[in-house]
Amino acid sequence: MVNENLVKDVVKEPYKYGFVTDIETEKIAKGLNEDIIRLISQKKEEPKYLLDFRLKAFKKWQKMDEPDWAGLGYKQIDYQDIIYYSAPKQKEKISSLDEVDPKLLETFDKLGIPLTEQKKLTNVAVDAVFDSVSIATTFREELAEHGVIFCSISEAVKNHSDLIEKYLGTVVPASDNYFAALNSAVFSDGSFVYIPKGVTCPMDLSSYFRINSGDSGQFERTLIIAEESSSVSYLEGCTAPMFDTNTLHAAVVELIALDDASIKYSTVQNWYAGDEEGVGGIFNFVTKRGKCLGKRSKISWSQVETGSAITWKYPSCLLLGEESVGEFYSVALTNNLQQADTGTKMIHIGPKTKSTIVSKGISAGNSINSYRGLVKMGTKAAGSRNYSQCDSMLIGDQASANTFPYIKSQQPNSEIEHEASTCRISEDQLFYLQSRGIEFEEAVSMMVSGFCRDVFNQLPMEFAAEADKLLALKLEGSVG
Amino acid sequence: MQTKMKESDPILEVENLFASTDNLPILKGVSLTVYPGEIHAIMGRNGCGKSTLSKIIAGHPSYNITNGDIKFSGENINSLEPEERSQSGIFLGFQYPIEIPGVSNLEFLRVSTNARRKFLNKEELDTFDFEELVKEKLELVKMDQAFLSRSVNQGFSGGEKKRNEILQMALLEPKIAILDETDSGLDIDALRIVASGIKKISNAQTGIILITHYQRLLDEIEPTYVHVMADGQIIKTGGSDLALELEKKGYEWTDNFVKET
Repeated sequence: MVNENLVKDVVKEPYKYGFVTDIETEKIAKGLNEDIIRLISQKKEEPKYLLDFRLKAFKKWQKMDEPDWAGLGYKQIDYQDIIYYSAPKQKEKISSLDEVDPKLLETFDKLGIPLTEQKKLTNVAVDAVFDSVSIATTFREELAEHGVIFCSISEAVKNHSDLIEKYLGTVVPASDNYFAALNSAVFSDGSFVYIPKGVTCPMDLSSYFRINSGDSGQFERTLIIAEESSSVSYLEGCTAPMFDTNTLHAAVVELIALDDASIKYSTVQNWYAGDEEGVGGIFNFVTKRGKCLGKRSKISWSQVETGSAITWKYPSCLLLGEESVGEFYSVALTNNLQQADTGTKMIHIGPKTKSTIVSKGISAGNSINSYRGLVKMGTKAAGSRNYSQCDSMLIGDQASANTFPYIKSQQPNSEIEHEASTCRISEDQLFYLQSRGIEFEEAVSMMVSGFCRDVFNQLPMEFAAEADKLLALKLEGSVG
Repeated sequence: MQTKMKESDPILEVENLFASTDNLPILKGVSLTVYPGEIHAIMGRNGCGKSTLSKIIAGHPSYNITNGDIKFSGENINSLEPEERSQSGIFLGFQYPIEIPGVSNLEFLRVSTNARRKFLNKEELDTFDFEELVKEKLELVKMDQAFLSRSVNQGFSGGEKKRNEILQMALLEPKIAILDETDSGLDIDALRIVASGIKKISNAQTGIILITHYQRLLDEIEPTYVHVMADGQIIKTGGSDLALELEKKGYEWTDNFVKET
């Protein structure tokens, strides 16, 4: 038997992003009703079609029930006890980064996302979102030269209204599910990306989401459109302070890929997970979906999920275009009392479509880690293929891992393959590594990284290093 | 047991060692002293405690020492962690090398080698320098470079796993190597490769303990001493001719031995 206490020490997690920025914020009153929605829309100076979109979504949401099929255990959320709009007070119009409150810049600096001209990351453009608003977006001019639009979604509503009106809600309709409906009613900010025809985005694009306020929810909305023969790699990172209350995060992400376009969407999610007793932490209820609209289009999701008290998230692909490709690569690490219910849906609609699912779940402590996925072959999906691999690793003897693969095929001329495995870090493996001079903690971390290798290989370079570090950090204990 | 006077200090001293797992006694008073340059063969039936002895010397957490001491370079190591033992120069060649999926063999060998080098106050090697070193050592065990990019022992044949063990021994340059049935499951050619590797790595400063069932490894590597183990004790010690006699007469011959004192 593995020394349980030692393992527990090793997986103990120091959360390094738990600080709160002391900044004056503009918050609206708690609660959710039509007036609140009108107020949000008004603050953002939105056109009427968007207000209508919100109000319609709200009406639908009111008729819906909170989903309970994932069997997640949490205290009932009081939706009237949440603030739906919270923004740091800034000057009315900000023309350059110099006018951004230094406290905000400092915050992102501390998170490793410097925004100022002198310090900004050189190989990636960043959109920094703080509570309900986007603070700054770097490299905008450089990207504009290539015709790439990268800005906050609020700005896109003002400046690229035609695209918003055409695409918003077309991948994730407001009525899709409870949390998507809520998001559609109250979404505040998020990122907007448009890659024109034939353009390969010259650098990675990235959004960094920061929840600062303890009593407001974050409802961001991201929309990425890749025109014919274009491609883009988009990264997303998230952190939040340590509060002993739960904060709701209900985001919607929509991706659209036209003929021969490719979108790679990578997430490192490290929201605050709550403490060892399960107090506090983010409720992460997210709807992410991509539509492979065009022929030979490709959407690839990769995610490293380490944070949040509860994660409920299924980045999915609708494979409409002939020969379109969907991919899902996921690592989910849960510890203490965290619950993760994550996976994907690959909906094969067009012929000769292909999808790959690789999911690695690691559960430690008393956590519950589930893979839930659907592979569906529609009547017209002749010659389509899916390959799924779902592996779970258990650390200690109190954690649990589940796999719920759903397979529906209406097309006899299609192939679906599913492999699943569960393993435990064995004492023999640890002893083998230790007997080669490798310390216990490093041995565990090596094996966990090794277990996740297939997924890490799919992440963009800088992100792969970050993910590896993040897992090591999560697995870092009092030893050494 | 050796009583002769030696010029140098012993590398390893096992003194009246009693050990158990799950309250089941396995070792019942083993004593063994290894001096630099010596090769000790330990033979005996399955279940006599040979492998347990090797694991306890390497620090396996499943066994409890209930009495006696293990000294390495004169220091008691009873309470040292397995990694500390390895870093200070104790090497265990596994009977069944463990598969570690996803961890590249190259990275594993590098981290392991650097842990030992750090202990020796030698500079740690980066990937490039390490590749140079490992290429050199691959020659010793006639292994292909392709082994380096695979996961540790995963999908290796029995012979490849054993050669990978000897490769690790070559990289770690231990003061004492305990090779637990390194010869089992090897064909004649692989046995020769492994034996010649062991001979090239060992020198007048190192000690070797070979745990084996068969004479054929000892044909390749002549032991200084042969010990016969039964029921958790060393019951007879002799020169290399003891192994030959054992080969001829079988373990039944040892059944009537009483522990020599």
